[in-house]
Amino acid sequence: MAERIYVFKRFERFWHWSQAGLIMFLMLTAFDIHGTYAIFGFEKAVNYHTIAAWSLVGLWVFAIFWHLTTGEWRQYIPTTEKVVAMAQYYLFGIFRNAPHPFRLTQLRKHNPLQRLAYLVVLLFISPLIWISGWLYLFYADWAAWGLPNLQLEWVATAHTLGAFMMLAFLIAHVYLTTAGHTPLAHIKAMITGWEEVD
Amino acid sequence: MRVGNLLATVLANAMAAIFLAAAIPAVAEPAAAKLLKSTADHSKFKVLNQDFSSGPEVTKACLSCHTEAAKQIHQTQHWKWEFINPQTKQVLGKKHIVNNFCTSVASNEAACNSCHIGYGWRDDKYDFTVEENVDCLACHDHTGKYKKPSGFAGLPVTKDTEFPPGSGKIVRGINLKEIAQKVGPTTRATCGACHFNGGGGDGVKHGDLDSSLEAPGKNLDVHMDVKGLNFSCATCHKTDGHQVSGSRYSPTARDKAPAHLRGEAKKTNPATCQSCHGQAPHKLARLNDHTRKLACQTCHIPTFARGGQPTKMWWDWSTAGKRGADGKMQVLKDEDGYDTYMTIKGDFKWAEKVKPEYVWFNGTVKYTLRGDKIEKGEKPTAINQFEGSPTDGKSMIWPIKMFRGKQQYDPEHKTLVVTHLAGNDDTAFWKNLNWEKAVATGMARANAPFSGKVDFIETYSMWPINHMVAPKEKALGCLDCHSVGGRLAGIQGIYLPARDNNKLVDTVGWAVVFLTLLGVFGHGVLRIVTRRKH
Repeated sequence: MAERIYVFKRFERFWHWSQAGLIMFLMLTAFDIHGTYAIFGFEKAVNYHTIAAWSLVGLWVFAIFWHLTTGEWRQYIPTTEKVVAMAQYYLFGIFRNAPHPFRLTQLRKHNPLQRLAYLVVLLFISPLIWISGWLYLFYADWAAWGLPNLQLEWVATAHTLGAFMMLAFLIAHVYLTTAGHTPLAHIKAMITGWEEVD
Repeated sequence: MRVGNLLATVLANAMAAIFLAAAIPAVAEPAAAKLLKSTADHSKFKVLNQDFSSGPEVTKACLSCHTEAAKQIHQTQHWKWEFINPQTKQVLGKKHIVNNFCTSVASNEAACNSCHIGYGWRDDKYDFTVEENVDCLACHDHTGKYKKPSGFAGLPVTKDTEFPPGSGKIVRGINLKEIAQKVGPTTRATCGACHFNGGGGDGVKHGDLDSSLEAPGKNLDVHMDVKGLNFSCATCHKTDGHQVSGSRYSPTARDKAPAHLRGEAKKTNPATCQSCHGQAPHKLARLNDHTRKLACQTCHIPTFARGGQPTKMWWDWSTAGKRGADGKMQVLKDEDGYDTYMTIKGDFKWAEKVKPEYVWFNGTVKYTLRGDKIEKGEKPTAINQFEGSPTDGKSMIWPIKMFRGKQQYDPEHKTLVVTHLAGNDDTAFWKNLNWEKAVATGMARANAPFSGKVDFIETYSMWPINHMVAPKEKALGCLDCHSVGGRLAGIQGIYLPARDNNKLVDTVGWAVVFLTLLGVFGHGVLRIVTRRKH
């Protein structure tokens, strides 16, 4: 029957959930600042957003250190193997109760599509948000940094673009957690660390 | 010599007093000993102990000690009513400009010049080199009794006088001796006697200057608060040899200099906020970020005319001239007692607690002067235009009072006109309500061509808002600007978070988010449906 594999270590789970909480809170405050709605109001939203952003920076310092020292960063190296099979599974197989084409192990805990998706987040969406957000925070220092012609509009637009992409990712990501062998299997794994595999 | 002796005696007495105070233990110190702020008690000067029959006599007495004062005054804008703008080279000052209140001084000197710091400026032949015509008392009176009634060309009245002659109205004479003996530094009241009443009455012109600032509370002006800092005008408008700093003809729109250190020789304007507060006055760095684009006044003066005194916002001269049913000149007032119509002046609108308008301003103000061509069209004519743009690197966002109205102009020569309003003669508008005659006299006095025709043109003038600085708790909040339809709704050239967004990014962004939701929802439904089949 089902075999249990310990895939998510304690720090990783802590990192994942605190990051998830921070990102969702950042989203909430972000669209308040953007003027989409007024839950906290602009002033508080800006303050909370800034605090949450700095908290995330702190969390990332630890996470990067952890990934580098444990070698877990290799989990994000993309692969072309079984990408098509994964796509076919999500598009067709999943509805026919076909077997999952990927069997996860401790060394390969993300399926090939996941790897690609996370890589896009890591290499494109995050840097877009991070760099634009950083510039946003240090608006007063642009001239001193040798960026006198930088326009707030570009920075803000880039930041907003990143936010939309992150929101779309978040929706798909949360949905796909239900695509395990039971709808809550992946969530459980991210809480306990143990994933059941067939 | 006598004055010298007197001074010596006063000094000797003062020294003796200091000596005694130091020698005698504190217990023996008289409880009511008040520290005098001035080293001179003007009532002890013999030269001031005389009955003065005119202003110039007082000035002569003043100059007997303050020998260079008149020469200093002669170099001031307050004296010359003339200012040559160093940037535009325009010749400005009350002597030259046409505004959209009472329009111009020329040909109305006897009335207007009760606010000139001189005596006897009655017409264009005034001699600006006469020292005893400098009016010391206008600025240095401490009794509050000094008055220069309209119609007397800036002269105080020392004997009860019927004015206008034959009217039966008596202007009371004032005692210059008493006033001269109590002179002192300028106060909010002395400056305010003219500056609070610009435009012909309390609060009319500026909006941020009116009689409520004579003794303001903290909420009205955090610096002039009588129970707090109690600044006088000159605390900020620091004078040097009678030259008063700060100019609305050539304002300092953007002061990037550090705060002035006491004693440091500085060429920058000491009346700016930054001259005391420096470049990073807020504890929050994010607020300091705002100083790149915003004048301090923009946030810290949330509204003007907040002291209980409204300011005039609209003046329509074109409706002037209508007499009442009784055939007499009329004055209509609103429920608060403010004029809304005067036969001699036309229609007015007043407002209190006014939200300023906001403009990019780089310090250059361009005036439409007497000879400049103007065009009657959809857009009103600028009496003065604050220049600036988001990209010139010199502009800041400034709060202003926009004063709008309609005024007389020459439709053939297409120029603003000088109008003879006040006077006891046949052509004065306020006497005979005849525009053509009044303008003809005014233009003749200004040596300017006049077609003989008078029409009305809509104009506006811009006034910088600098005073009535609120305590920090009452400054604007983020949402006042960071919102759709906020205070800065009309300001272009900046990206204002919460007001602005990139329409394309927002549309595509929400579309992607919506499609993702739709996708996962459809996928999920399909999974549930297909699961049941199996």
